[in-house]
Amino acid sequence: MGVIEVQAPGLLTTVQDLGREGFGPQGVSPSGAADPVALRVGNRLVGNAEGAAGLEMTLLGGRFVFWDEAVFALTGSDFGATLDGAPISSWGSRQAKPRQTLRAGPTHSGARCYLCVQGGIEVKEFLGSASTHLLSGLGGHEGRALRAGDLLKMGPAKGSFRARRVSGKAWERLAPRKVLRVTPGPQSDWFGESAQKIFYEGTYRVAEESNRMGIRLQGASIPLRAGGEMISEGVTLGAVQVPEGGLPIILFVEQQTTGGYPKIANVISADFHSLGQLRPRDEIRFELVNLTTARGLLVEQDKLLASTDLIVAG
Amino acid sequence: MDTAADESTRFQFAGDQSLLVYFGHQITLEANEKVRRLLRLLELEPVAGVRNLHPAYCSLLIKFDALRMEHDELKAILRRYLKRLDEVKLPEPRRVEIPVCYGSEFGPDLAEVSKLHGMTEKQTIELHASVEYLVYFLGFVPGFAYLGDLPKDLVTPRLASPRKRVPAGSVGVAGNQTGVYPFATPGGWRLLGRTPVKMFRAENDGLSLLSIGDRVRLTPISRERFAALEKTWA
Repeated sequence: MGVIEVQAPGLLTTVQDLGREGFGPQGVSPSGAADPVALRVGNRLVGNAEGAAGLEMTLLGGRFVFWDEAVFALTGSDFGATLDGAPISSWGSRQAKPRQTLRAGPTHSGARCYLCVQGGIEVKEFLGSASTHLLSGLGGHEGRALRAGDLLKMGPAKGSFRARRVSGKAWERLAPRKVLRVTPGPQSDWFGESAQKIFYEGTYRVAEESNRMGIRLQGASIPLRAGGEMISEGVTLGAVQVPEGGLPIILFVEQQTTGGYPKIANVISADFHSLGQLRPRDEIRFELVNLTTARGLLVEQDKLLASTDLIVAG
Repeated sequence: MDTAADESTRFQFAGDQSLLVYFGHQITLEANEKVRRLLRLLELEPVAGVRNLHPAYCSLLIKFDALRMEHDELKAILRRYLKRLDEVKLPEPRRVEIPVCYGSEFGPDLAEVSKLHGMTEKQTIELHASVEYLVYFLGFVPGFAYLGDLPKDLVTPRLASPRKRVPAGSVGVAGNQTGVYPFATPGGWRLLGRTPVKMFRAENDGLSLLSIGDRVRLTPISRERFAALEKTWA
């Protein structure tokens, strides 16, 4: 059993897996990796089951010391990482010797970078998942973001190492998008033609106060058709709700489980990982697709993630 | 939208892996009971591919694995379930008492709410603690129970601008609902008091103190009692 010492946690680093489903009736949202594609690929690179727990770093990475030999991979955005000072590239597996220091800096691309280790990060599971739920202080490592001095346990490693990386073609196909594809939301008919035009033709900017609960957008305000009275109802990841004031909020991994604002659209599942790479001030647009297209894209993405072409030697 | 079982029951797709079932468009006990019946049936006889359930006042959102099933397949299964709602036996409601210390820093809006309704603070407290509430559903954050209905004379609009941080245990009112904040979160409900009871316990996966369908009474307690109880819950 190996140990990783957190020397500097970075801006916001948490333990995440693919989340906990099934606890909506208790008001518990799934949480989980903001970019699940990056986590899944990272796990495959080190030979884990794709849902093993890893570390999610946000905007600015941390400094970690491997006390023991480890096999690891960085995926997601490029945080300019080094191992004992030597630059290392993302999206490939590496081996660390005991006492080597992994350092990740400020992002060079999107919002999040993942550190996956062979054997996974071991924490006490809460409701069947290792994911940290920050708002309620549950799950992950003591229910909170990592701090300097934290010691994390790695699960048993297989003891085998083969240098592997993601194929260039797969990497391109999995690249996060700034044009988010959406299906109509359950209240899309509450928004008139001019409101729809504003939403689909406008460019929105990700606001600073965005977090794992919701991505707040700035841009043209969307007028609501008068008269409708909204009764709170269940909501899920990717719902684009329009509160009073007309600036949309995309519900994110640590979302509330019910909400009382009308939803104009819903980001498609195949683009969820793109949400996880949005940084404050990024500019995004929305593109309407139908359910058949949405499902087709999800099937295609899942096939790619499960395929043997995803990962190559090297 | 399309009809599910009868005129008032409708399906609406919410996303590429979620479907809403609406039982009318009004908050009524009858509609909420249908929500609880369908939830119960889906818990007793789970549908393969369904991943999560989000009950609310008069709707149930069903999240499913889009790689395993399509909306139309789920709808066909649900139509069969909906036909059987009347035969679903709901569990006997649990009766839960929650001690609340009203006013002062625990209930910073007690004075204003009382003033709004032309009552003394004492009358507001008595009225708020006078009825048995139904847990319509849990939502927003883990363990947050939407309790209703408030006595008519206490129906109060939420704050125009929400507080950035409401302390855990705060008891608030909004519209004809009341509820307890399980965690320190932002919130727009008007705060009347606070409970020392932990609404959501993670330690033993014991989860939420309240469940959908429970009946709840709020009992006014003194500051001394609050302090004593807080110790036992710590």
